[in-house]
Amino acid sequence: MEANFKLKHLLGIRELSADQIVHLLDTAETFRDVSRREIKKVPALRGRTIINLFFEPSTRTRTSFEIAAKRLSADAVNISVSTSSVSKGETLLDTARNLQAMAPDCIVIRHSSAGAPYHLARVCDAAIVNAGDGAHEHPTQALLDALTIREHKNSFDGLKVAIIGDILHSRVARSNIYLLAKLGATVSVAGPGTLVPPEFAGLIEQGVRLERRIEDAVVDADVVMILRVQRERQTDAFFPSMREYAVHYGLHLSHLSLAAPDAIVMHPGPMNRGIEVSSEIADGGRSLILDQVTNGVAVRMAVLYLLAGVSQDSDGSEKAEGASSAESWSTGGVRGRTRKPKRGTRN
Amino acid sequence: MRLLIQNGYVIDPSQGVNAGRNLLLEDGRVVGLSSHSDPIPEDVEIFDAAGLIVAPGFIDMHVHLREPGQEYKETIASGAAAAVAGGFTTVCAMPNTNPINDNAAVTRFVIEQAERAGLANVFPIGAITKTSAGTELAEMGEMKDAGIVAVSDDGRSVPSAGMMRRAMEYARGFDLPVIDHCEDKSLARGGVMHEGHWSLVLGMRGMPAAAEEVDAERNCLLAELTGARLHLAHLSTRGAIESVRRAKNKGLSVTCEVAPHHWSLTDEAVQDYDTNTKMSPPLRSPDHVEAIIDGLRDGTVDAIATDHAPHHADEKALEYDQAPFGIVGLETAIGLAMQRLVNEGAISLERLVELCATNPARILQLENRGTLRANAYADVTIIDPEMTWSFDASRSKSKSRNTPFDGYSFRGGVVATIVAGRIVFRGTDYGRVNESRASHALVV
Repeated sequence: MEANFKLKHLLGIRELSADQIVHLLDTAETFRDVSRREIKKVPALRGRTIINLFFEPSTRTRTSFEIAAKRLSADAVNISVSTSSVSKGETLLDTARNLQAMAPDCIVIRHSSAGAPYHLARVCDAAIVNAGDGAHEHPTQALLDALTIREHKNSFDGLKVAIIGDILHSRVARSNIYLLAKLGATVSVAGPGTLVPPEFAGLIEQGVRLERRIEDAVVDADVVMILRVQRERQTDAFFPSMREYAVHYGLHLSHLSLAAPDAIVMHPGPMNRGIEVSSEIADGGRSLILDQVTNGVAVRMAVLYLLAGVSQDSDGSEKAEGASSAESWSTGGVRGRTRKPKRGTRN
Repeated sequence: MRLLIQNGYVIDPSQGVNAGRNLLLEDGRVVGLSSHSDPIPEDVEIFDAAGLIVAPGFIDMHVHLREPGQEYKETIASGAAAAVAGGFTTVCAMPNTNPINDNAAVTRFVIEQAERAGLANVFPIGAITKTSAGTELAEMGEMKDAGIVAVSDDGRSVPSAGMMRRAMEYARGFDLPVIDHCEDKSLARGGVMHEGHWSLVLGMRGMPAAAEEVDAERNCLLAELTGARLHLAHLSTRGAIESVRRAKNKGLSVTCEVAPHHWSLTDEAVQDYDTNTKMSPPLRSPDHVEAIIDGLRDGTVDAIATDHAPHHADEKALEYDQAPFGIVGLETAIGLAMQRLVNEGAISLERLVELCATNPARILQLENRGTLRANAYADVTIIDPEMTWSFDASRSKSKSRNTPFDGYSFRGGVVATIVAGRIVFRGTDYGRVNESRASHALVV
């Protein structure tokens, strides 16, 4: 049934098909239940080794991957840049080769250089999961955002999504634009002229609508995604001051009255309260910011399970290894589930 | 020693020759051209060039030979070997070595090392400013006496217009062309590829075309102000080509070169994050590539230069944004010119010879080079326009392998390179040089 799910690595959303995305979301949904139980653990990845290789500081994403691995009973090892040999001058590829020599099943990598996961994928047998590379992609963030949207909206088809803020430096924006377009949503973006280059309109075939003002982007929007102001990347003075940013590009309650009546608000975190989003919105009823975090664990469990736990035959059909343990969990089983036809269109 | 290149088709734009001719070389000089039916002189070695193009030796105005200082990337000897394997009899070595060639001692060292290697002719280019820092003029006069043929701070632009003006005025006194790498740092800073669709998709900092165009236009205006000879290196953008076109129409002495990768690849080639697609100026979008080819076709572009920039494999194995800029180019340049320009009908073979030999010799005032007139240096490049071959980087003569063209196939390539009357390179499948045929006078 999921015959088209053939994926060795998860490097970006851009190269995924709509079918693959929907399959990842369906799988994540079954895993969401695991986190709601008293005993939050299934044996699906028992005996598998997962390395979280983080070259950039991260609390949320690294913790989320670690919890996901542990709830699947995998052995998770965390390496962050301060404790790796990078500080001793070792190159990324040498680090990767050394880790590979310890035979992990999966390496999750976050790196400040765009394309770093591709370099890893070239030298490693392990499945590589991109946990954010420079301004390129952050695929698991887009997947957890999609899972969150799917909980609240019936269909992606025709869904209007507004993305607000620093599009230029945002890997979250790119991954979300690809994913949303593949599932049939339309995307408009708004932000300071220095952070929303005109070429963004042509990022995807379907086109992205560029607006100068937030007000124009959020009109009738079903989903408003706010991006973080990346203060650490502001060396070039892309805008005059945080104060002016907050006034012109921060999301306020008045903006929400322009959006669809049941519009939801999302933010990938960490938030700069009072700058890109007001606290009234962040803590208000439309905000799904904490749901996103919850769904992050489910999505990462799905990604790890599908990449590190399931061997894929050449015809693409899955075969869970250690079937007895995979079958013993009581979620209804990832195998043999049926896809919910209403969700995720354009299959 | 006498060598007769027999039955070839000689293309020499310097004397308007485009016809079947024999070419006789003696003691490192050209004796002259003769008709195929003329009697064969006695006591000559014969190179059978039937079906081949015989051209004045190709001159690459822009290479980085890395010696002194970075011999692990390339030496003058290995660079010269790669040059002749690519059909270049003469190369000009850019000064960004370590130490930088900003004084006569380094200039003399480069020349001596080239003489020791004894393959290609190597002419050094001196720095415009001391350590190429852009603040104080380098000793151009002394370097000229020692043998430089031009000045350049290649790798970077001369940052201030005021400094560039002084440099052009001063260089004029020694009749040295000033070669500039056009790149406005304030626009290009931090960029690792062309700014456009692909830099957005790949999430990498871009260098806008305007960074090159702003500087190219500035330099043309300064050439007008100073009357100096200006040569713009490795142009990659539509706007820069247009600046040169305008300057030429005004009658200024402004010339320019383009590099093979800039007409062969677009920025789409970066999409696998292969660091062998990283160079400065970067691979551009199709619109710019089209402008480069138009410039080659209509005469705006004067020269083809490789910007041969060897880097060690370890350096190129870094993350894309960490890896150094530059690719090797000597051994693939003519293949790419044949495949993408001549075979596609963009330029004629005669124009190719003009771009690779006639014009570089004229721009750099290399006397008795770039021509096959009597008494010229016996530097000859022999091309088979029909030969199909593919480039195997592992067999490169260069010490470095940083090329995006490994495994590429070409129709048309270099079969032999002759420097000072000596065959210094012969294509692997070419055994057409015969032993001396003393009394062979009756061959038609």
